[in-house]
Amino acid sequence: MSDVAAHEHHHDDHDHKPTGLGRWLFSTNHKDIGTMYLVFSLIMFFVGGAMAMVIRAELFQPGLQFVDPQFFNAMTTMHALIMIFGVIMPAGVGLANWMIPIMIGAPDMALPRMNNMSFWILPFAFAMLLATFFMEGGAPNGGWTMYPPLVTQLGEGFPYLIFTVHFLGVSSIMGAINIIATVFNMRAPGMGFMQLPLFVWTWIITAFLLIASMPVLAGAVTMLLTDKYFGTSFFVAAGGGDPVMFQHIFWFFGHPEVYILILPAFGIVSQIIPTFARKPLFGYESMVYATAAIAFLSFFVWAHHMFTVGMPLAGELFFMYATMSIAVPTGVKIFNWLATMWRGSMTFETPMLFALAFVILFSIGGFSGLMLGITPADFQYHDTYFVVAHFHYVLVTGALFALMAATYFWLPKWTGHMYDETLGQAHFWLSTISVNVLFFPQHFLGLAGMPRRIPDYAVQFTEWNMISSLGGFAFGLSQLLFVWVIIKCVREGKKADEQVWEGARGLEWTLPSPPPFHSFTVPPKVDASVAHS
Amino acid sequence: MSNQQDTYFIPEPSKWPVLFSLALFIVFCGTASMFNYYLTNGEMASFGSHLLLLGFVAVFYMFFVWFRDVIDESLSGAYNQQVDISFRWGMGWFIFSEVMFFAAFFGALFYARVYSVPWLGGEGSGAATNEFLWPAFENTWPLLLTPDMTIDGLSTKFTEIKEVIPAFGIPAINTLILLSSGATVTFAHWALKKGQRAALCWWLFATVLLGAVFIYLQGIEYVHAYHDLGLTLNSGIYGSTFFMLTGFHGFHVTMGAIMLTVILLRCIQGHFTKENHFAFEAVAWYWHFVDVVWLGLFIFVYWL
Repeated sequence: MSDVAAHEHHHDDHDHKPTGLGRWLFSTNHKDIGTMYLVFSLIMFFVGGAMAMVIRAELFQPGLQFVDPQFFNAMTTMHALIMIFGVIMPAGVGLANWMIPIMIGAPDMALPRMNNMSFWILPFAFAMLLATFFMEGGAPNGGWTMYPPLVTQLGEGFPYLIFTVHFLGVSSIMGAINIIATVFNMRAPGMGFMQLPLFVWTWIITAFLLIASMPVLAGAVTMLLTDKYFGTSFFVAAGGGDPVMFQHIFWFFGHPEVYILILPAFGIVSQIIPTFARKPLFGYESMVYATAAIAFLSFFVWAHHMFTVGMPLAGELFFMYATMSIAVPTGVKIFNWLATMWRGSMTFETPMLFALAFVILFSIGGFSGLMLGITPADFQYHDTYFVVAHFHYVLVTGALFALMAATYFWLPKWTGHMYDETLGQAHFWLSTISVNVLFFPQHFLGLAGMPRRIPDYAVQFTEWNMISSLGGFAFGLSQLLFVWVIIKCVREGKKADEQVWEGARGLEWTLPSPPPFHSFTVPPKVDASVAHS
Repeated sequence: MSNQQDTYFIPEPSKWPVLFSLALFIVFCGTASMFNYYLTNGEMASFGSHLLLLGFVAVFYMFFVWFRDVIDESLSGAYNQQVDISFRWGMGWFIFSEVMFFAAFFGALFYARVYSVPWLGGEGSGAATNEFLWPAFENTWPLLLTPDMTIDGLSTKFTEIKEVIPAFGIPAINTLILLSSGATVTFAHWALKKGQRAALCWWLFATVLLGAVFIYLQGIEYVHAYHDLGLTLNSGIYGSTFFMLTGFHGFHVTMGAIMLTVILLRCIQGHFTKENHFAFEAVAWYWHFVDVVWLGLFIFVYWL
């Protein structure tokens, strides 16, 4: 148990590599754990995606077609929980696991056993959550935000929902602590903070957001639990509490959570655009400060999710202006990406295509967010499909597109093979076109007054819903191509050299593709050729 | 700047993380099943409670074997300074996450006192709940009568609070006890740094003892609250915040006392040296953390 892993040189890739199932179950290797995270999130992507297909099938026409309203609500609730906690977050942590140690010149994560536990919690937690489908009262169907008093009326699934949230919180906090310890303590000599790749920077800041916000969510759901089983009245007005209090505590977590989902995506795009523009990132330092500013501000804007719920006017105004102010650092980032591309010698491989689509489509989501952030306007948009369109632009064409860009960008590094560029680009165009057909019409539906989270609607909304559903099915099918590209790349494909991309800079590109089992066994030299600023 | 090391320490593959996840899974499923049973049958003892017990045993065992490995590695000299610093970062941010956990409950307390109770009492612009629902309800803190107890003839699920626990009784004594225990653990640390093992063990023993007395007094206070004062989990927002904050804190003190006991046993075994004793420091940090949280509790829950 207590061997110091003896490290000589990394000419022998397979040195010390454990074999069989134990390699994965008992892993202390950041790459294996990263791979498990990524594969898990890909599987959950299809589970959550299947639920989205049910939603779009039901909404294809007005009237009740396929599922009863309870089940429909369970679909929207579970789709959200799975996509947020089972897809975007684990994929981000998986990338962090794979890339941070090899980007900063470390042998592994700082706390490898804890790292493995962070991962293995996920399958157990989601087994618990998905099991609620087979319980009396069905799966959670009061919305992923778990507002009382609706959520406490859930049947036997209720305590499982609450404990899933606790369980996932444990996983996230351990993962975040690990990332902080790794970056602060494991950097190679010469790798100062202002030499860190931006992906690493965005992840440190994300890790702080996780540590500060996940425990608050755990506290909020604990109070739901005691309200239901121990007679407390935190969220019961008859006892002196307030259901709105839950919303405040929930969104104190919930808004930083939004940035937990998107900041790693910013980091990914900040790696990819300079690579394919063949120019260093424009405004590196301002990118770092902008990311930190966004994270800091994210703790003071939570009530913009609840403008219509009842709040003193001063509160409405404060949260509106605080929300608007986030547009400033976000604008800094967008303009820096544009300036990076300005007069660059650009090529458009699949990762770059996804990164470019990210910049454009995420901006659309950002602008609709600004519209929603205006208090008086939000009174009109609240709980309509406009909100649905907004956060899907931010999370699908934002976070998810960045994760896909990252997959194409680093897949050759991970597998040692190039992916099929033609199929990759086909996947990009199919996804990008269909996702806009899917979500853009939802803006119109929302502005026309169609409410969200409802299985039936008035007939005047039919056309746009049909178009949206067709886009949805096309988007869903396109993702099968994504899986095929990945499988094909793992199994075959042109050998990738260590550099992979002509314009790529950074320590990870100095290692062979795939990198040896233990990345850096002696600290690498960090100099201007690999450092970022 | 990061540490410069000749070699790195990477632990060998370990069975414990995945089994620990499984143990937690059993705990959660057991508890959830027990709660569901309780709601329909009115008692906790069930298949779920047995599962929970099994899960607890498993979690305890996992802590034991995992820490045993870490202690063995540490004693065999496998760790270098970099590992030590990683542990420090880990423990520090773990404690911060606990602070934020408490922040949620303090947030609930402040929200109730500043917003929800005054609004129910008719303050604030445009709040009509008082006028239409509970016109007789008054905004006071401590809140002895909940809104629906102010309606004549309404049977209510809430128990009436006769009296709340005064700050300058047991709580003040407990404050002194915890502050003293913060001092004794520091004396223990000084003794450790001077290599005086006997003094170390006695001071640490005193700390554990003070922790145990704190928990005992807290228990007496709870019994008194339930039996004599009508202050229960069912007595509205005052009882809810009171028991959630003090209970969650008491749970942390209990954990801290168990951790201190383990460290005491390790001190008796002579595991620590003047230079190498991070496990001791980590637990001391944790103990100071529960100490500081208690001060917040004493001021905002009992006193003001």
